[in-house]
Amino acid sequence: MGDLAIFGFGPGGWGLALLEGALMTLLVSACGLLIGGAIGGLVAWARLSGKLIAGGVGQAYAALFRGLPELLIVYFVYFGSSALLTGAANALGHEGFVGVPSFAAGALAVGVISGAYQAEVFRAAYLAMSRGELEAAVSVGMNRALLFRRIIAPQVLRFALPGLGNLWQVALKDSSLISVTGLTELMRISQVGAGSTHRPFAFYLGGAALYLVMTIATTRFFDVAEARATRGMRRATG
Amino acid sequence: MDFDFISKTFVRLLAALPLTLSVWFLSVVLGALIAAGVTWMRVSGVKPLEWFARVYVLVFRGTPLLIQLFVVYYGLASLPAVRASFAWGFLRDAFNCAVLALALCTAAYQAEIFRGALLAVPHGQVEAARACGMSRLLMFRRIIFPIALRHGLPAYSTEMISMVKSTALVSLVTLWDVMSIALKIRNDTLVTYLPLILAGAIYFVFNYIIGAGFLALERRLSPHLRPRPS
Repeated sequence: MGDLAIFGFGPGGWGLALLEGALMTLLVSACGLLIGGAIGGLVAWARLSGKLIAGGVGQAYAALFRGLPELLIVYFVYFGSSALLTGAANALGHEGFVGVPSFAAGALAVGVISGAYQAEVFRAAYLAMSRGELEAAVSVGMNRALLFRRIIAPQVLRFALPGLGNLWQVALKDSSLISVTGLTELMRISQVGAGSTHRPFAFYLGGAALYLVMTIATTRFFDVAEARATRGMRRATG
Repeated sequence: MDFDFISKTFVRLLAALPLTLSVWFLSVVLGALIAAGVTWMRVSGVKPLEWFARVYVLVFRGTPLLIQLFVVYYGLASLPAVRASFAWGFLRDAFNCAVLALALCTAAYQAEIFRGALLAVPHGQVEAARACGMSRLLMFRRIIFPIALRHGLPAYSTEMISMVKSTALVSLVTLWDVMSIALKIRNDTLVTYLPLILAGAIYFVFNYIIGAGFLALERRLSPHLRPRPS
């Protein structure tokens, strides 16, 4: 079979499998980014709260998960969550090992990593907001929920968008590490294809090309979103 | 808590630290050399060189390091042309492949840091240096390099730490670094958390030392930004 035929969609072609892998990569990275958003929001809130313990916990979380290798976190979350689930299942009378689905563990791992970085992005975005707007909102009598929904959330998201775009790329690339748990995302499919056709060079290069396409395409998406979110804003440059 | 097991595990993990450190050090240094070349091409003003540098950075920053590592280690080794060439003497060793792949990847990130640092040098400084009649080399050594160094240092420190974390990937190409020893102990003893936690502690402490070192260097290099003693 020629080098290009193995990437085809016919019988024996790996085209469809690779595209499915790419879709799985996008899904697990997107879930990871969302989980990271929730974690990052909480950690940023803890650090901005001004409370000693909450702030310390938030700072410790960010420092810890930015200082550990991503691969180690993936293994830790995968093995750790499976061990917890097995323990819980055994307590409920179920026998033997219960593995966490690799999609859930993978998305959680990417989220835990991304959350540590997103916390910094959200914190910086909050601090970039002008204090006068918060004071104005309070002075017209907004309660905390309304203040958050109408004033804080839209502006923090707007300021955070460039940073989130970078972190999306990081999440996309980190998701390749989930292949070690057996999730059939792009990296894993490339490995399987490389193994069964004995053409590792073609498969890893093809997989890398798909990653590159995804990175470029989604970066464009974030650029458009940023342009839309900041329309009507004056800037120092550009 | 079984302290005997903890200390034995810790000693075994520490024994793998030299491999992790040498992969890190060699790939960072080699990466810096490649990055210097890529940066030079990027700012050369020659269109083909500039485009080559742009594509290099895009490709190596836009794909996961893991797949780059596999292209080098499993991919290149499978090509008969590579096996027949002189490069095979270098590429047959997993350690060399790991260093090469990590260096190629960090070079793309470092090149962007170098470029950003160069762009941050105010043009007035260059004009002033020229007005004094400095040669290009002297101007680079006395004016551009010191200013760019200060600008690039924080980002460079982040990249160094990121590379320490990236070395964990070499465990997937048969090298016995701290990560793979931790996994082996986990597999052999079925102790879930402890080996990974101890390995994490080693990585964390090492990253902390690098971060603190760079912070001290930054402080030393920018006495003019510190508040005056009152």
